[in-house]
Amino acid sequence: MTTLAVLEQRDGVLRKISHEVVTAAQRLGGSVEAVVCAPAQVQGADQVGKFGADKIVTLTNPAFATYAPEACAQALAEQAKQGGYRTVVFAASATGKDLAPRVAAKLGVGVAADITDLAAEGGAFVVTRPVYAGKALLKVRLTAQPAVLSLRPNVFTPVERPRAGAAEMVAVNVPPGGGRVIVREIKAAPAGTLDVAEAQVIISGGRGLKEPANFKVLEELARAFGGQAAVGASRAVVDAGWRAHADQVGQTGKTVSPSLYIAVGISGAIQHLAGMRTSKVIVAINKDKDAPIFKVADYGVVGDLFEIVPKLTDAIRKLHG
Amino acid sequence: MKIAVCIKRVPDSETRVKIAADGKSLDEAGVKFVLNPYDEFAVEEALRRKEKAGTGEVVVVCLGPAAAQETLRTALAMGADRGVLLQADKIPIDPLEVAKVIATELKSTTWDLILFGRMAIDDYNTQVGPLVAELLGLPCVTAVSHLDIDGTKGVAEREIEGGIEVVDFPLPAVLTADKGLNEPRYPALKGIMAAKKKPLEVKPVQPGGGALEVVALTPPPERKEGRIVGEGAGAVGELVRLLREEAKVL
Ligand SMILES: Cc1cc2nc3c(=O)[nH]c(=O)nc-3n(C[C@H](O)[C@H](O)[C@H](O)COP(=O)(O)OP(=O)(O)OC[C@H]3O[C@@H](n4cnc5c(N)ncnc54)[C@H](O)[C@@H]3O)c2cc1C
Ligand SMILES: Nc1ncnc2c1ncn2[C@@H]1O[C@H](COP(=O)(O)O)[C@@H](O)[C@H]1O
Repeated sequence: MTTLAVLEQRDGVLRKISHEVVTAAQRLGGSVEAVVCAPAQVQGADQVGKFGADKIVTLTNPAFATYAPEACAQALAEQAKQGGYRTVVFAASATGKDLAPRVAAKLGVGVAADITDLAAEGGAFVVTRPVYAGKALLKVRLTAQPAVLSLRPNVFTPVERPRAGAAEMVAVNVPPGGGRVIVREIKAAPAGTLDVAEAQVIISGGRGLKEPANFKVLEELARAFGGQAAVGASRAVVDAGWRAHADQVGQTGKTVSPSLYIAVGISGAIQHLAGMRTSKVIVAINKDKDAPIFKVADYGVVGDLFEIVPKLTDAIRKLHG
Repeated sequence: MKIAVCIKRVPDSETRVKIAADGKSLDEAGVKFVLNPYDEFAVEEALRRKEKAGTGEVVVVCLGPAAAQETLRTALAMGADRGVLLQADKIPIDPLEVAKVIATELKSTTWDLILFGRMAIDDYNTQVGPLVAELLGLPCVTAVSHLDIDGTKGVAEREIEGGIEVVDFPLPAVLTADKGLNEPRYPALKGIMAAKKKPLEVKPVQPGGGALEVVALTPPPERKEGRIVGEGAGAVGELVRLLREEAKVL
């Protein structure tokens, strides 16, 4: 039984989430073939053997310089058909969420999306997915051939299990012009800003910050973590125009699972919890001791954030300094 | 502009989730159902596009039980012209089966746009839109947070990690709406009255069984009982110690 692990690259560099995909694919037993669409050799692709890939196939075409949804979907579906894989695994990243359904439809199946757990059980797979804003977990058995899965980012911690990792480059054909849907440009966030979906530490602020300029208190705390932390936001402050939608955590924002989530001046509405309750450790700082956020927080500090956060920043700086 | 918008009836996000006796589904007793919030963005966008074009039709399509007529009426009250209920007692668990039913309904008409929400807030499948696009052979852009259309040329923006992709696509196309695309209107009283008289066609459908089988629906694991470390800035020292020594995240 072989699993196809679909990796991601941007600007010719393998994205770290690819290690999670290979790690999860490994858990299904059997061998793992990794595949990535790229214009040329991908920097870092040779590393996935370490995480348990038996083979890495780079499907090359100049159209893959930026994400080309139709061309990638076609190339991956062909690869999946030829290889006769039992399972195809994607990351439920922005790209994976777009790509997995396209490939799945070409294979005549649906996607078990955004899963947080998986197991092989007597010839079938059983996967777990959070539903109803994280208020319930749905366990489903997949009988589709192949089964197509996407993984919630930051849940399947990469584990090193070295395998051969033989590399192969295969030039592929794509639809004329790379397809009908063309990514013309990527407007990048300012250099040095880490996306909340990828950060190991997230400091999120809510209406308790009182005004947009006060978010600098949180940005300083994030900086104290030395480049691993991102600043997130509640919907209330995004709707008020204080922060960008890209920073919003929750049901109508991003779903995150960092090692450490610090909620500052956020009440903990159910729609906010939907996006962060699978974080490994949650800290809440709020002046209202009855705020619902304290119900999910591992550690809470009651009081004025403007007194507490700068002290915390000092303490973290000392640790990292 | 002829636009179809696929909308879903979902439990309100404030709903307390109670699991039914079968251990596999939601106990719907007392649950308030609403129009899926992402589909509100899709309906709003359709209405604005039609208003801008000056002519056209916005048709809302829903696969669901008889009670989903109410969901369709909500969209009609916002301003959609007519509704189609693809009536089935149970919405299939397998999103491909949902997509097949919707694609079958939509395929006989030429639409300029077919709009979806980015995801349904109950099942979190995030895929019916692109699945339908594949089944119909139409170009598709997902999670659109900004949209410009000029004739048959579209430019959409979608958020990715650390940036925004700017995407060119031709019409007709399938798009899925993300937050940020627009501010959905509230149905005005006049709209609610008018909606009662708008056409709403009910078509019984028999979705296939699909390749997914529910094993169980369970509450999420309780997070370990947390604790209040203390009050005010004085608690910071203890917080940092706990994060280092107990949680081991620093
Ligand atoms: C369909 C739908 C989708 C939604 N999606 C999302 C989503 O994706 N993400 C999201 O976040 N919300 C979402 N919401 C909104 C959600 O219901 C809440 O309204 C929102 O999360 C509240 O934001 P907040 O916690 O910043 O503000 P508030 O609820 O106003 O909380 C502010 C908190 O700050 C505390 N505070 C004030 N001053 C201080 C101080 N000086 N020091 C310390 N603490 C202080 C207060 O005690 C309070 O607890 C959604 C709602 C709906 C209906
Ligand atoms: N039963 C349904 N009837 C009509 N549209 C649906 C249905 N289920 C999903 N959709 C559409 O597909 C989008 C994505 O849903 P999902 O893939 O289930 O997360 C929704 O926002 C709707 O636009």
